[in-house]
Parts: sequence; structure tokens; C-alpha cells
Amino acid sequence: MKNIIDSLAQKGGLLEGMSSDLLSILFIFVIAAILLGFISLFAGVTSIVERKIAGRMQSRIGPNKVWFRGFFQFLADGVKSFEKEDIVPDLADKPLFLIAPYIVFAGMFGTLVVLPFGSTLISADLNIGIVYLFAIASFNVIGILMAGWASNNKWSLIGGIRAVAQIVSYEIPTSLAALSVILLVGSLSMQSIIQSQGAMPWQWNLTNNPFTCVAFFILFITLLAEGNRVPFDIPEAESELVSGYNTEYSGLRFLLFFFAEWANIYVMSAIITTLFLGGWQSPWNMSIILFEHSIEITGVILFFAKSLVITFVIIWVRWTLPRLRVDQLMIACWKYFIPISLFNLLGILVWMVVFPKGSMTVSLVISLLLAMVFVYFLYKVIYVNLIRMKAEIGL
Amino acid sequence: MNNLQHHGYQFDFEDELGSKMVMNVGPSHPSTHGTLRLVIELDGETILSTEPEIGFLHTGFEKLGEHHSYNQFITVTDRMNYISPLNNNIGFAIAVEDLLGIEIPKRAQIIRVIMAELSRIADHILCVGLQGMDLGAFSVFLWTFVEREKLYDIFEAVTGARLTTSYTRVGGLAFDVPDDFKERVDKVLKTIETCIAEIETMLTGNRIFIDRCQGIAVLSKQDAINYGVTGPMLRASGVSYDIRKIRPYSSYEDFEFLVPTETAGDSFARYLVRMEEMRQSVRIIKQALNNLPDGEINYFDKKKILPDKDLVYNNMEALIHHFKVVMPGDLHGIHPPVGEVYSSTEVPNGELGFHIVSDGKSSPYRLRVRPPSLINYQCFNEVSRGHLIADIPAILSTFNVIAGELDR
Repeated sequence: MKNIIDSLAQKGGLLEGMSSDLLSILFIFVIAAILLGFISLFAGVTSIVERKIAGRMQSRIGPNKVWFRGFFQFLADGVKSFEKEDIVPDLADKPLFLIAPYIVFAGMFGTLVVLPFGSTLISADLNIGIVYLFAIASFNVIGILMAGWASNNKWSLIGGIRAVAQIVSYEIPTSLAALSVILLVGSLSMQSIIQSQGAMPWQWNLTNNPFTCVAFFILFITLLAEGNRVPFDIPEAESELVSGYNTEYSGLRFLLFFFAEWANIYVMSAIITTLFLGGWQSPWNMSIILFEHSIEITGVILFFAKSLVITFVIIWVRWTLPRLRVDQLMIACWKYFIPISLFNLLGILVWMVVFPKGSMTVSLVISLLLAMVFVYFLYKVIYVNLIRMKAEIGL
Repeated sequence: MNNLQHHGYQFDFEDELGSKMVMNVGPSHPSTHGTLRLVIELDGETILSTEPEIGFLHTGFEKLGEHHSYNQFITVTDRMNYISPLNNNIGFAIAVEDLLGIEIPKRAQIIRVIMAELSRIADHILCVGLQGMDLGAFSVFLWTFVEREKLYDIFEAVTGARLTTSYTRVGGLAFDVPDDFKERVDKVLKTIETCIAEIETMLTGNRIFIDRCQGIAVLSKQDAINYGVTGPMLRASGVSYDIRKIRPYSSYEDFEFLVPTETAGDSFARYLVRMEEMRQSVRIIKQALNNLPDGEINYFDKKKILPDKDLVYNNMEALIHHFKVVMPGDLHGIHPPVGEVYSSTEVPNGELGFHIVSDGKSSPYRLRVRPPSLINYQCFNEVSRGHLIADIPAILSTFNVIAGELDR
């Protein structure tokens, strides 16, 4: 990034002659704007895609009126939210109430600093990347609790309390699952974690050894819990708590909560892709030149594609499973996920002693097993659908 | 809280730590299907007591019954349990027929059985879907809605209305079924069977669903009997009580079906009972469709039963009889003998009873309804105590409380 700034200072017509410091501050704002644009677009598109997928899964159509088959519904919804009155309840704690959505949003947006998009595309490859990520991601707990408390509504309060209990508890197994990868790689930097993996599935951390495979599933489930997604969406369980911590919000502030939620899906997917699915590693090498710097475009596309697959699975899980009860959620965390991930960590350590250089055979076997499970699953889905279709037609 | 005490709620508050809280679920809340209100006393998230309050949908149906003629009241029965109106129509018609002491033709009886069972499936499938939705499985709910729409299409084809069916008349039915009735029902039964299988795969084996339902809202056998609970709730508690078997009406004795029972008495048992009852209903409908006899659909008695509409337009005697039956006043209408009758039928929620006191005039002297929802709802406080606030919707949906039936 430093060299981009330098090259801009040297020959970028308008920016020529500006001091390097000023230019880097400007550069930070530009990057932030790009990230904001990207994540806004992603959150918006995810919202509409989620509604479309949900429609398909539930034998209905979904939004289909606004412009291209309803694809721009998210813009309409966003504009509508801007127009709405920003209602603050009389008895609310006004400053807290007003600031809470921004804190939730900031917690989400801060994570984007260390998320890689490609081999060279990353805002800042911090050497404590993953630690920073989990630290800043848990920032939104504060926002949710503030929203729940400041609303002065009993439903909101219960939602806020549930959110804190849930997110704080699930930090532990999430971190432990991530720690297993960190141990294997020996680095906290996001780019180093990706660089340690290969392009092929049997070179990923997911299939490195049985313990990372378990860690992958633990991380996936606990990230769902951290992002308040079904089956762990108890802070805003709409059939119990009306709408949980955001019950009293309207207009833009309400939008910010949902924006953060959908943007969080991308953050979750990117974390999983980075840690376990080989990130931007690609078997082909195709680059484009941007500002005299080559960007490996296949890696960017592959990273995004993997993230989208995870995003789809998250959406799919949401529209399939019922939600857990609050005590069951805590039991799942403290009685199952934490012991399993601790044991898993131990397993990784033993594995690293026994196979210091990893075992290709084991990786191949795990890849094969996962592929078989996937194929069996596809067969089941198609088979069940055929039965359904036969009944519909009346065969 | 002062406001609540002002309205007559007495809570025992010895709460030095300030951990208790009174919450108001409803009358407008996502988990109350209909306008119900629950005042809940909480300790943290644990329910200490609940006080259901009814009356938000008070309609005065029973009082209306004293001013409507017998046939007119059938339209009112649609509005009582608006999830399965056909069962109410049939229940009331059977009560009046018992009062008159007539037995309707076999064809009408079998058609009533088919319609009652279709309606039972529509009610149960919605109830199961709602149970899923209240636990967060929204897709299941919409799948069940698709099947319910198909059933409603049949109701529309047969009765002319999807919701306010008003299908029965005293002594028979309003219309005969359409010609392609059997094909239509056969087709829908097939998709319903697959839908039931799909719900099974989505919920019955689902660990989260089982965890959320098992051991929740346990109603013991003795308690269920003491509270007078009927229907799937009673059968889930282990009592094999079904009016269709115990006091068969409308030739239910001709059909082979089982009365599913469970012993656990919890939410999951109620879910299983409802699922099995749907399968048994499918079984009954299949038998009935194969043995649907030809013949009249109305009892023949010109003084009591409405004549065919064709005859009314083209035949003077029929027109006079029509007027005599429908005109208000003490000298006209159906004149049942002086006396009283209690007749009950098995509707999806349990035992729906009609107690009619007749003074020999065209409308009842007193009409009393025994709604299953109201009596099942009584034990809500008992079974929900000690559970968490998240269980409230899960319990409420297994009770299948219909607000229109609570406040007649």
C-alpha cells in the first residue's frame, strides 16, 4: 500500500506533490469508502437473495415487483427506511438509544480492515489479524445491550440480555476453534494463514487433519451463534420477543441493525473461507493490472465464490431449522462446544507432534469422505424432490 | 404495575432483589394467534404464573342463537372456530337433528364425514405448522399453508366459500358435492400424504424441535381428566377418548380408524397425536370416498327441511314450504318439540358440544356451546408454570386456542 501511495504522489496528476502523510490519510478514507460501498452492496444484495431463496424454499415467489424481478427491492427498502420518522420512545435513555445502532455497525465495519479479498487486496495485513478480528467483532455486543437497555421496553431488555449472554459465551469456542488453525499455521496474520494453505481441497486447513475438520464445524456453528443467526437468533426471536433488542427502533437506525446483520454474514463467510477453505489460493494464475500493480483476479473471484457458498449455507440453515431455547443454547455452548473444542485443540497439538509435516494420505481421505457425503446429500435431495414432483403431477 | 393492580391483577410480590417482572403478552403479539392476552409474572426468564385474559373477541354468539332461527345460526357457527368451520356446521346440524329426532340420508352422512375429516386435516396441519413457526421453523408453516390452500379449494368447490362455509342445513346439506369431487379429493390426499412425510423429516426427527417440545407443558392423565380437557391434548396425555368412537355420530361406526394416543402429555406428544390423526383422517376419507352411496342429501319432511331451490322457483307448494321454514316468528320455522338436547361431536380441538333448549318456537330458547378451546385453555397456567418465556408460544400453539371460540 505504501508503494501505491508513493507512486500516486509521484505521478498522479492532481495528487502530485502532496505530502505522503496527507495522501495516506486520504487513501484511508478512499479505502473505507470502497469497503463501505462493497459491504453495503453485499448486505443489500444478500437481503434480497435471502428473501428470494426463502421464497423458493417456502413454495412462494418472494419480492418480484421492483425493477429487475424485484432484485432492487433492497434499494426501495433502504430509501423507505431513510424517509421514515426516527422515533425515540419518551422514556428511552436518549443518548444510548441514539448511538447504539452505530456501535453495532462500527463493530461490523471494523472487521473489514483485516479481511482479505485477494493475494494483495487487504486493507491492513495486521500481524495480529485474527485476534483483532474477534476483538472488534464482539464490539457489537455493547451496541445490542445498549439498544436493549435504552429502549426501556421489557422485550428489548430481555433481547439485549440474551444477546450478551449468548455472544460472550460463544466467543470462547469460536476463539478455540480458530486457535487450532493458528497453532497449525503458526501465525495470526490472515494472509499468512491463507498462504499456508494450497489451492486444492486436500491442501486446505479443512482437510489437513481430522481435528481441523472438527474445528471447521465448530467454528461454523459458533459463528452462527455470534452473528445471531437461526438456530441461534434468540436475541430477536420474533415469535417470542416481538423483535428483541430492536423492537423500538424505526427508520434509519432500524436499517443499521439489519445492515450490520447481513453484512455480518459476509464477515462470517470470509472468516471461514480464510481459516479453512484456502482463501484466495487458486490453481490458475490470471492477473489484471491496476495502478501498475498486478492483482490476481482468479484468487479474488475464488475467495468471493467460496464466501458466497458459505453465505448460501447460512441462509439455508436459517430457513430450515427451528431455534433453540436460551438455556439449551447455553448448555450447547458450555457443555458441548467448549469441551469439544478444548479436546480438539489438544488433538491438534498431538497431531503436530506426530506428523510435523502433515500427512497427505489423511488429507486425501478426509477430502474423499467429505465429497462422498456431499454426493450422497445431493442424491437424497434429488430423490426426495422427485417423489414430491411425482405426487404433484399425480403419477 | 400499578396500572395492572388497578385493573384487578393481584400478584404476590415479595421481591427484595427486584428480579421479578410482570409482562404483558398480547393482545397483539406475534405468538398469540388471535387476540389473546396473557399477563405473565417472570423471575428472570422463568414463568412464575400466567393469567390468561379472554374477551377481546367477544361476539355474543350464544345470545345470537336465541334470536336466530336454527338454519340461520349455522352461518354463525362458521365464525366460532374459524380454522375448521365445517366441523362446527356439522356439529350444530347434528345437535338440531337430535332435537328433532330425525336421521338424515346415508349419502349426506358420508359427505359430512368426508368434509369433517378434510377440515380436521386443515386444522391439524395448520396447528402443526404453527407449532413449527413458533419455534422458528418458518418454512414448515408455509408448506402446511400450501396444503391448506388446496383443501380450501375443495371447500370452495363444494360449499362455495373458502372460510365461511355454512355447508350444512338442518336435516342435510346445502348442496351435493360436485361431479369431480372424488378425483379432486384423491389428488389432494396424495399431496397431503407427502406433505405429512415432509413435516416428519423436518420436525419429528429434528433434535432442536424435540428438545424444544419434549417435557414442555406436561399435562398428566389425571390433570387432563380433572380439567375436562378433550381432543388431541387429552389423547396426548394417554386417555383414548374420541367421540367418534365412544358415541359415534354420522355413521362413524362404519369406518375403520384408530384413535392415536401418547402417554407423555407434553408438547411433543400433542404434535405426534396430531400427525397421526391426520393420517387416520386420510384413511377415513379414502374409505368414505369408496363407499359414497347415491341418493338424497336431505331428510324428507316438508315442514322441517328446506326444499330444493329449483322446486322453490318452479313449484308453488315448495315455495310455500320454503317460506314457512325461513320466515321469522312464532308461527313459522322449524318447530322442534319442547325439550332440550346436548349433542357433541369431535372437532379438531376436542369435544364441541351444543346444548339446545327448545320451547317449541322457531329459534332456541337457550343455546349453549361447549367450546373445546376454552376448556383446554384453563390448564394453561398450570402447565406453563416453571418454564421459560420462550416456551410460551410453543405451549400456546399446541393448545391451538382459537379466540373466536373462547368468547362466544
